[in-house]
Amino acid sequence: MTEMTFADAVREGLAEEMRRDPLVWALGEDLSTAHGGTSANQYTGLIDEFGPKRIVNTPISENTIMGAAVGAAVAGTRPVADLRMADFGMCAVDELVNQAAKIRYMFGGQARVPLVVRQAIGVRKGAAAQHSQSTEAWYVHTPGLVVVAPGTPADGRGLLKSAIRADDPVVFMEHKDLWVATGDVPDDEGVVPIGVAKTVRTGNDLTLVSWSKMARLCEEVAETLAGDGVSVEVIDLRSLWPWDTAAVYASVRKTGRLLVAQEAVQTGGFAAEVATDVTEHCFDALKTHVRRIGAPRMPVPYAEPMENEYRVTPERILARARETLAA
Amino acid sequence: MSSNLANEPARVVAMFRKMLLIRAFEEAAGEAFHAGNVRGSVHQYIGEESIAVGICENLRDDDFLTSNHRGHGHSIAKGADPRAMMLELFGRVGGTSDGKGGSMHIADFSVGMLGANGVIADGCTISVGAAQSIRLLKQDRIVVNFIGDGGINRGPFMEALNWAKVYELPVLFVCENNQIAATTTTRLVTAGEGIAKRAESFGIPAITIDGNDLFEVDSTTARVVAEIRNGGGPQLIQAMTYRLRGHFAHDPADYRDPKEVEAALGREPMVRTEAWLLENGVGVDEIAALKAEVDAEIAGYVEEAVNAPWPDGSLAFTDVQDVGAPAYPGEGR
Repeated sequence: MTEMTFADAVREGLAEEMRRDPLVWALGEDLSTAHGGTSANQYTGLIDEFGPKRIVNTPISENTIMGAAVGAAVAGTRPVADLRMADFGMCAVDELVNQAAKIRYMFGGQARVPLVVRQAIGVRKGAAAQHSQSTEAWYVHTPGLVVVAPGTPADGRGLLKSAIRADDPVVFMEHKDLWVATGDVPDDEGVVPIGVAKTVRTGNDLTLVSWSKMARLCEEVAETLAGDGVSVEVIDLRSLWPWDTAAVYASVRKTGRLLVAQEAVQTGGFAAEVATDVTEHCFDALKTHVRRIGAPRMPVPYAEPMENEYRVTPERILARARETLAA
Repeated sequence: MSSNLANEPARVVAMFRKMLLIRAFEEAAGEAFHAGNVRGSVHQYIGEESIAVGICENLRDDDFLTSNHRGHGHSIAKGADPRAMMLELFGRVGGTSDGKGGSMHIADFSVGMLGANGVIADGCTISVGAAQSIRLLKQDRIVVNFIGDGGINRGPFMEALNWAKVYELPVLFVCENNQIAATTTTRLVTAGEGIAKRAESFGIPAITIDGNDLFEVDSTTARVVAEIRNGGGPQLIQAMTYRLRGHFAHDPADYRDPKEVEAALGREPMVRTEAWLLENGVGVDEIAALKAEVDAEIAGYVEEAVNAPWPDGSLAFTDVQDVGAPAYPGEGR
C-alpha cells in the first residue's frame, strides 16, 4: 500500500492503462498545461510520457470533446474524455445521451462505444450554482450508460481502470473535494470491478448507503453513533449503474433499517431509486420505512451561511439516522 | 488522382445506375410509408442523388462516412446493402440494425458507414473523433461528413470545423445545400455569407459547386479527397442542390412556390445525367433497360420486406450495454 491523494491515484491509474493499451488516450481542456486538468493535477506530466497525440489538449468545445470521443470509440480507439465538471457536462449531454449511449443499440450492435467521460461532481467551497452540481442521477436514468462515483483514492484508480477496459460508455464522476483527500492505494494492479459495493463498516442496527464524498461523511456518522452504542453498517456503492443490489439487500435484511444519503438534490435523485428498489424487494425485512437525505431542491448558493443550508452535513445525516433508528 | 468522367462513359453509366437505385429506393420508401409499412418518418433524398454518388465513388471502402437524417442515399452510395436497408425500414429480421433503428438510424460499419443521425450536426463532431482514431492508428483513411444547410447554424458544426483545422484532421465536410432547413428557407435564418465563408474563416479551404452536376461533383471530390489523404488537412465542399420533395414523406411541401419547384425539376440530377448519356452514345433502350432493372431490384426488396418475419419482441432487450444490461422480461431494471 502507498498513501496518495485521489487526484494522484487516478492519474496513476490512467497512466498505467495508457502504458498497458496503446489504444487508450485522453482529451479535454488544459490536459497538457501546467496543472494538468482543472488545476487539480489529474493529468500533470502525462504529456511528457505520452505526447500530444494521446494527451490531447482541446479547445473549450464540450460538444466536440464528447462527440469526438464517440467518433474515436466507434473508429477503434478507447478515449477518456474529460469535461472538467458535471456542470459543463451538461453542454455535452446531447453527445453523451443521444449518441454515446445509443449508438450500439440503434445500429443493432454493429458498434461498441468504449469511452470514459470524466465529469467531477460536488460542492466545493463557494463555487456556487454552476460549478457545484451533482448530476449522477441524470446518467443513471439513461439506458446504455454505466455510472461510477468512487469515494477513495484506491477506488478512483481501480474504477477508472475498469471503466477504461469496459466496452460500454462509462460516466466517471469524482468529487472535487476528494481530489486532495488521501488514502491507501494498493501496489498491485488494483482493478475495482464495476457494480460491486464496498461495505466499509459492518453493523447490525442501521444500514447507511451512500457513494462518493457522502460515503466518507457516513463513516463519520457511524463512528459518532458507535459512541452511543449503536452499530451502523456503511455501504459505499462506488458504482451507481449497475449498483450492488445484493450487498444492500443483504445488509437491510440484517439491520431492518435503511437510510440513503446523497449530496445531490434529493428530489428525483438516485437515493430515491435505492429506497424504492429496497422497499420493493425487502419490504418484509424493514422495521420502518426507508429514509433518504439529500440537498433541498434549489441551486447551490454562494455565501457561506446559505451554502451551509444547502449542504448535506454529518449533523444532518446523523439526525436523520437517529430518526430512522427511533422509528 | 485526376478525373475526367466525360471520357469514361461506362463509369457514368455505373454511377447513373447507382443514382437510379437511390431514386427508386426513396420512391419505394415513400410509398411504403404511405401504405403504413414504414413507421416513424422517412426523409427522402430525391433530387440530390448526384452528390452522394459523386462523393462516394471517390472513396475507399474503408473510408468513414457520417450522415444525417436524410441518409439513405449516402448509405447506398457508400455501399450499404439496399436489401438490408429496406428490411430495416420495414422493421424486419435482417435489417441493417436488426430493426432497432429504422430509417433515421441506418448504419453499415462493414463499409465504413458510421451511421445516419437523428440529431442535426452531430455527425460533425463524431467525424473529427473518428479522424483522431485514424491518426492514432496510423491509417490513411479519411472521414466524410454529410451535413445540410440547416445544420450549419448549430454549434457542433462550428466547433468541429475549428477542431478539424486545429489538429489538421483528414475530414471532408460536405454541405448539401438544398436551401431549405426542414420547412424554413435557410437564408432567412442564416447570417453572413454562408457556409463556405464560415469554413474559410477557420482556414479551411471551401469550394462551392453545382451538386446536381455529377461531373463537377466527381472531379472536385477526386481532387479534394486526394489532397486530404495526402495530409492536406480538412476541406469543405458546398454542393448546391434542391430538395424535390418535402422534409419527410408526410410533408406535402406546399409552402413552396410551384414555379420554383418546376424550375428545379429541369435542373435535377437524374434528368441531366440521363441527357448527357443520350448525347454521348447511350441508347434510349439501354437507359430504359437500366431503369427497369433497378425498379425490379427495389420492387423485389419491398416484396421481400413485406413478407419478412418480424423480430421477436425480446430482442428489444439486447445490445443496450454489457454492464448493467436490462433483464428480460423487464421489470424496470
